[in-house]
Amino acid sequence: MKAGSNLEKVLESGKFAVTAEIGPPQSANPEPLTHHARMLKGYADAFNLTDNQTAVVRLSSIASAVIIMREGIEPVIQMTCRDRNRIGLQSDLFGAAALGVKNVLCLTGDHHIFGNEKAAKGVFDFDSIVELKVFDDLRNSGKQLGGEQIKDPPKTYLGCAENPFATPYEWRAARLAKKAAAGADFCQTQAIFDMKMFERWMDEIRGRGLDKKVHILAGVIPVKSAGSARYMKNKVPGMIVPKEIVDRMKNAKDAKEEGIRLCVEQIETLKSIKGVHGVHIMAVAWEEMIPRIVKEAGLLPRPTF
Amino acid sequence: MIVAKRKPLGEIVEMLAPYQKITVIGCRSCVAICLAGGEKEVKMLVSALKIKNRKEGRKQQIDGFVVERQCEKEWVKEVEERILDSDVTLSMACSLGAQTIGDMYPKHLTFPGLNTGMFGVPEEQGVWSEKCIGCGNCIIHTTGGICPIARCAKSMLNGPCGGSANGKCEVNLEVDCAWVAIYDRLKLQNRLDLIENFTPAKDWSTSHSGGRRIYVREDAKLSQHQKKGKEAVQ
Repeated sequence: MKAGSNLEKVLESGKFAVTAEIGPPQSANPEPLTHHARMLKGYADAFNLTDNQTAVVRLSSIASAVIIMREGIEPVIQMTCRDRNRIGLQSDLFGAAALGVKNVLCLTGDHHIFGNEKAAKGVFDFDSIVELKVFDDLRNSGKQLGGEQIKDPPKTYLGCAENPFATPYEWRAARLAKKAAAGADFCQTQAIFDMKMFERWMDEIRGRGLDKKVHILAGVIPVKSAGSARYMKNKVPGMIVPKEIVDRMKNAKDAKEEGIRLCVEQIETLKSIKGVHGVHIMAVAWEEMIPRIVKEAGLLPRPTF
Repeated sequence: MIVAKRKPLGEIVEMLAPYQKITVIGCRSCVAICLAGGEKEVKMLVSALKIKNRKEGRKQQIDGFVVERQCEKEWVKEVEERILDSDVTLSMACSLGAQTIGDMYPKHLTFPGLNTGMFGVPEEQGVWSEKCIGCGNCIIHTTGGICPIARCAKSMLNGPCGGSANGKCEVNLEVDCAWVAIYDRLKLQNRLDLIENFTPAKDWSTSHSGGRRIYVREDAKLSQHQKKGKEAVQ
């Protein structure tokens, strides 16, 4: 065991994992986190705490992790390279580990132009692959990037993200190969709507033997309405939503029910794809649907150790 | 070259408002080529300021001219009298030109007429694009001759982020994704194997992050004797 986290135990024991996302609030109030933690306990193996996603200032992911741990659920902290240089990133990794955080997702981060502090100075000292390598070296040998040997290095289970739907498509499997080589233990993908395209990417992943090196958790987003499906199709760079999905949502009598049904179907398909070791549910501002989705997708009860 | 843009007229007017005698000095180098501070732009600005002054009943004496390269002391020295004869100099060069005048005549006021933007190249008439940030450690032999530090919004070192769609950057959909361009170039050069390579953390100490940079070429420096000789000639 690298960190001994619940997520690591689930994945390393060969069970199909479930992770889900909790968005920290845009305030100093811990209550929404506590509320979500109580509601979601037992429905996923670990919960991602996003790190100022879309560059909107929110309660920090490390603090959020500590708040949900008090409720007895396990966090995956997201750490982007947008706001901290190598000094800040390594320091926060020490801090997170000292507070009991065991899972860390390494991300480059959304550009600040999308957020609510557009005049910010972006850092980007690292990209996500460099971040993985630095964190991997720290946990393996206690060697800091600057060369210093440290005592009591942070023992973390390291994750990455990958987007099979961004250009150049031909580079996407190679990107995951680099991330695996840099130390990624698991990978949560961008939300999948184009199943054929995802399967083609998975063919490449298996062809390179990467499914044996890194646990792939396929990303899903339950869609609330035809409007949100259309928005993701047309406005979110790096997302591919086929027209059939927009039409299906448009023609549904009850769009929310249809969105849940679609998500459950997607999870069932993903479960059958060789090399997919779990799902990652991103129910953006719709966290209350997670228990139902997990239950209807036949993913309960979650394993305990 | 250095690419700059003229400041908005209102900002310039406000800057110059308290002064009577104003000298506007352009530069025939980079800022002339990027149509920001050459001879034509100096003339246009001087006329615009005069018209605005007439309309708003302000009395100022405004003269304008250009020097060959405002960032070199020799060229500035030639117009020393005209600089010192004014209350304020408005530099229409890049910030390097403005600071050269300021450093040479520290008691005299020198204000910037341009916003200095980037190291860029003219792509076509009227279009300039950034291609270098002067990081002090060039790596473009490994990236198909395209700099990801300057041309990627996140200065990614190991390939494209997840926001690249149809070959464009998510930060500005008009701008090409640097890593898609790198991929295409490497493919053309039959060097796609390079995309598998890991690029480690960049050493930023050669950039501005390492503090202000002063480059010295000992072999090019003049000896005390040579310096004296040069001064005597001047």
